Amino acid sequence: MEEQFAKTEIHKPENIVYKKTDLMVDRPLSYCPGCGHGTAHRMLMEVIEEMGIQDKTIGVSPVGCSVLAYDFLDIDMIGAAHGRAPALATAIKRMWPNHFVFTYQGDGDLAAIGTAETIHACNRGENITIIFINNGIYGMTGGQMAPTTLPGMRSSTSPYGRDVPTMGHPLKITELVAQLPGVYYVTRQAVHTPNNVRKTKKAIRKAFELQKENKGLSFIEIVSNCNSGWKMTPVQSNKWMEENMFPFYELGDIKVDGKLVEKKATAEKE
Amino acid sequence: MAKIKGDIVINTERCKGCEVCLAACPFTVIAMSKEVNSKGYHFAMKVNDECTGCTNCALVCPDGVITVYRAKVATE
Repeated sequence: MEEQFAKTEIHKPENIVYKKTDLMVDRPLSYCPGCGHGTAHRMLMEVIEEMGIQDKTIGVSPVGCSVLAYDFLDIDMIGAAHGRAPALATAIKRMWPNHFVFTYQGDGDLAAIGTAETIHACNRGENITIIFINNGIYGMTGGQMAPTTLPGMRSSTSPYGRDVPTMGHPLKITELVAQLPGVYYVTRQAVHTPNNVRKTKKAIRKAFELQKENKGLSFIEIVSNCNSGWKMTPVQSNKWMEENMFPFYELGDIKVDGKLVEKKATAEKE
Repeated sequence: MAKIKGDIVINTERCKGCEVCLAACPFTVIAMSKEVNSKGYHFAMKVNDECTGCTNCALVCPDGVITVYRAKVATE
């Protein structure tokens, strides 16, 4: 009985330390169980809520699983043709320079069909934020091989693993755009553990703050899982991601304040 | 002496049973239910009173179904 009493004492609105932000529409997400998209959406909306810019933010949704992002995010959203989100975001930002403009894209959208738009928007140094979800696979269409698929990684179109001599090397688009002078902030994060989620939120916050100061383009890659495409349970896929994706796609800042971050001394020692 | 007590409330109808929160909890407060919700998923549920309100489970939950409470409770 005392336990029951304690529970009713705790369950008060002033004791809430965490709840889903009201900027997420109260609707079930269409993503698979355990998909990183939901967490990435929520962190994005928490940043927008904290900065109080709900009525000044315009998002561009891609083609991919997150094409329905406008159903879940309670802000102004527009859907772009496949891969053309950075071009559309450029136009929106130039029309409304005082608004916050971001694109939310997957690896099939940003790193495959939209490579040209991505690189040129980055090279022009458009004052937008690009959020890039990398799961190494075309998740929505059934797990086909993407440019970001790891060497030896199985997908529905590379059932024996990606063979580098015939299928090419994985594309590290984040390192590629970090070389461009128009890009101000580049980072790679993940959303599978509480610590990484907190870091991702800080990175998104920083990107929006930089956009406020007209510093240039911010590029945030979020390495995520695709448990349906990888044919694993969510917990297994997170473990697989830690063991296989992170050594290739190293987490951490790549470019801060317009300067490339030096690699840690451990690589030099080896 | 005052003690920090936490509690979680899980929206079991929205839970998709991905089990990501189980690994995030430092006190194994969460376990999967034997029953299923109306969509057929085994949902996460609170199984003991060790919760400190650290918000780890709620942060990693992709569907944001967990609400976390934390309060100081007077104990003897």
